[in-house]
Amino acid sequence: MPDTKLPCDVAEKVNAICQAHGDNPGELINILHEAQHVMGYLPEEMQRMIARRLSIPVSRVYGVVTFYAFFTMTAKGKYPISVCMGTACYVRGSEKLLEEFKRVLGIDVGETTPDGKFSLDCLRCVGACGLAPVVMIGDKVYGRLQPVDVKRILEELD
Amino acid sequence: MKVLTIEDLKAVRTAAAKKLFLREQSDKSTGVHSSGLDAGTSHMQVLICGGTGCKASLSHLICDKIKELLQDRGLSDKVDVITTGCFGFCEKGPVVKIIPDNTFYTQVTPDDAHDIVCEHIIGGRRVERLLYVDPKTGQSVSDSKHMDFYRKQKRVALRNCGFIDPENIEEYIARDGYFALATSILQRKPDDVIEEVRRSGLRGRGGGGFPTGVKWGFARKSVSDVKYVVCNADEGDPGAFMDRSIMEGDPHSIVEAMAICGYSIGSSKGLVYIRAEYPLAIHRLKTAIGQAREWGLLGDNILGSGFSFDIEIRYGAGAFVCGEETALIHSMEGKRGEPTMKPPFPAESGYLGKPTNVNNVETFANIPVILTRGADWFASIGTEKSKGTKVFALAGKINNVGLIEVPMGTTLREVIYEIGGGIKGGKKFKAVQTGGPSGGCLTEKHLDIPIDFDSLLAEGSMMGSGGMIVMDEDDCMVSVARFYLDFTVEESCGKCTPCRIGNKRLLETLDKITGGRGTEEDLKTLSVLGKVIKDTALCGLGQTSPNPVLSTLNNFYDEYLEHVRDHKCRARQCKALLTYSINPSLCIGCHLCAKNCPADAIIGDVRKPHIINPNNCIRCGMCMARCKFKAISVN
Repeated sequence: MPDTKLPCDVAEKVNAICQAHGDNPGELINILHEAQHVMGYLPEEMQRMIARRLSIPVSRVYGVVTFYAFFTMTAKGKYPISVCMGTACYVRGSEKLLEEFKRVLGIDVGETTPDGKFSLDCLRCVGACGLAPVVMIGDKVYGRLQPVDVKRILEELD
Repeated sequence: MKVLTIEDLKAVRTAAAKKLFLREQSDKSTGVHSSGLDAGTSHMQVLICGGTGCKASLSHLICDKIKELLQDRGLSDKVDVITTGCFGFCEKGPVVKIIPDNTFYTQVTPDDAHDIVCEHIIGGRRVERLLYVDPKTGQSVSDSKHMDFYRKQKRVALRNCGFIDPENIEEYIARDGYFALATSILQRKPDDVIEEVRRSGLRGRGGGGFPTGVKWGFARKSVSDVKYVVCNADEGDPGAFMDRSIMEGDPHSIVEAMAICGYSIGSSKGLVYIRAEYPLAIHRLKTAIGQAREWGLLGDNILGSGFSFDIEIRYGAGAFVCGEETALIHSMEGKRGEPTMKPPFPAESGYLGKPTNVNNVETFANIPVILTRGADWFASIGTEKSKGTKVFALAGKINNVGLIEVPMGTTLREVIYEIGGGIKGGKKFKAVQTGGPSGGCLTEKHLDIPIDFDSLLAEGSMMGSGGMIVMDEDDCMVSVARFYLDFTVEESCGKCTPCRIGNKRLLETLDKITGGRGTEEDLKTLSVLGKVIKDTALCGLGQTSPNPVLSTLNNFYDEYLEHVRDHKCRARQCKALLTYSINPSLCIGCHLCAKNCPADAIIGDVRKPHIINPNNCIRCGMCMARCKFKAISVN
């Protein structure tokens, strides 16, 4: 991993989070949840720092970060788009929606547009199955979408 | 307020019961006429669904608006506005219910708040346009009791969802809440409590169906200074939201049940392992835990019994395998959620190596009511080997999407056609998938089997945690199997070879078939490999992961054969097997399709019929969606 420095205020916040959890390796997942809030993702240097603080190998931190879908190592876009791929949404056409987002944005799942505006992800069930297929952009839920709606929604946000 | 004795608890119940009296009365009564405040009704209540589904449709704004309108008119003290948990009828959400006349409004928007307040609450006239219309009779139905969706349901685990304010402990106590805990710790021996649970016949609702009382018995027998009670709230089955709705709608029932379990097995520490993707459920659960502590129903020396218990929350981070109890325990320890061999079972060596009892949310939700109403009452519901009720998240191509609870033994036909209102758009039923990625697809011929643990297993599916997805003639069963496999491959932890590599090979074979390159030999591979994975994988995830493939192979072999032999997908879902074409007699040459084609595959002069170049066509279907003259077809 390349050694890039974290900004001072970020490093301070991450240190404080670890301390609040008693620097306990058993709390690693809770620590990562909070640490991800600081910058919106978990850059390599942040993982290294957490490993040092908790006195565990960085491989263990990296192993946990890459194991769980909730943790990400890439910065999300200004408008993070998540297409629900739960079964209820799938049978009501969410795969076609996802294809359309990919096509219009020109990015794949897990990527962010070069201008940093949009990022694309899948999620499993937000529990709004009555509105299937569902897309979440930020905290807002868009329900009963068709591929033809995709362009309009992105233009509205832009 | 601190509850110190059982007498205190009774006093709280009596005081709070007044608030619930109106709701309970209108729930029982039939045919109450709506009469507003103007006609002399002294007190009314407005219940608004605050579940995730309805909130996504802005139910919180409806709530604010109604409160504001009431306040402007000086009616705030005559009308209570209460945010409840999920009513279940998500298809028609947001749902608003008016008490005492029990009027059930559907698909309400914030703009409707004015009419609800001025017309109904003040004037006593129902807002007809917001009533549910029975699609069979075309008549509007104002009371939910008379709707097909609710008529066959029996709410045990969901007894308080959509009825009480989940953030108000008094309303929970008014429904006999915390009495099961109080009587257990003050009047019964731990073994007696376990015996009652065992006699009720309750089986684990997370999917496995292991008898809960027996599980508690194992944990009780383990000798240790510290033991743990864990609530598995990591609902990972895509398309299922039973546990979330319970935690959002009735969080105190989970808190109470975990404390009862703690008393029974000799533990003073509870942990809830919950999905981080459930912010509302986390909030409600935290609120409930906080209230219970404040009221002395959690913490040291509860009700002077000498029994102490407290609950902490641990967050999951999105890994389906963590539904498996050993994987869940590792995840709580801050590690990768990989499962380990059993034995040792968590009841002997679990969290931090200590005896641990893991139960699912819905299982816990049944516990308080089993203890207050008795094992015999619970055992009188359901079938011989599957007692009680089961909550299902009914979704897919069905008219009434929602959360339902039915007695075990109800048939799939009753669920799909009566409660679910049949297939959307009058299409033909094709299959119903139960058990999520671990389950299988059942067909028309299985519709009359009773829903219970053993019948579903015998037919190659399983109960699972309660996802129930209905599919119609437009769904390709090979694609559906592929969809589930894709999920399992992504979620496989990678620890054991059969699951890590075997499922990958299964997925590749399915890709080949849906991509139009499959052979009949591939169908044999699917079947043989699927069985090997089932027999050899380490944990529940791997052992059940081939089920969607094997069950569709079993029940829809013709469709697989069509894909590999005729290169046809009858549901027109497998892109590689489709050809789009333009009917020259219907095409007027408006050029709209060509303009929208992302692959420049459509050629033709304006006002002359166009044609699609199959070599360029990426089969996105955009042309067909855009054509106003229905000139484009797909085969």
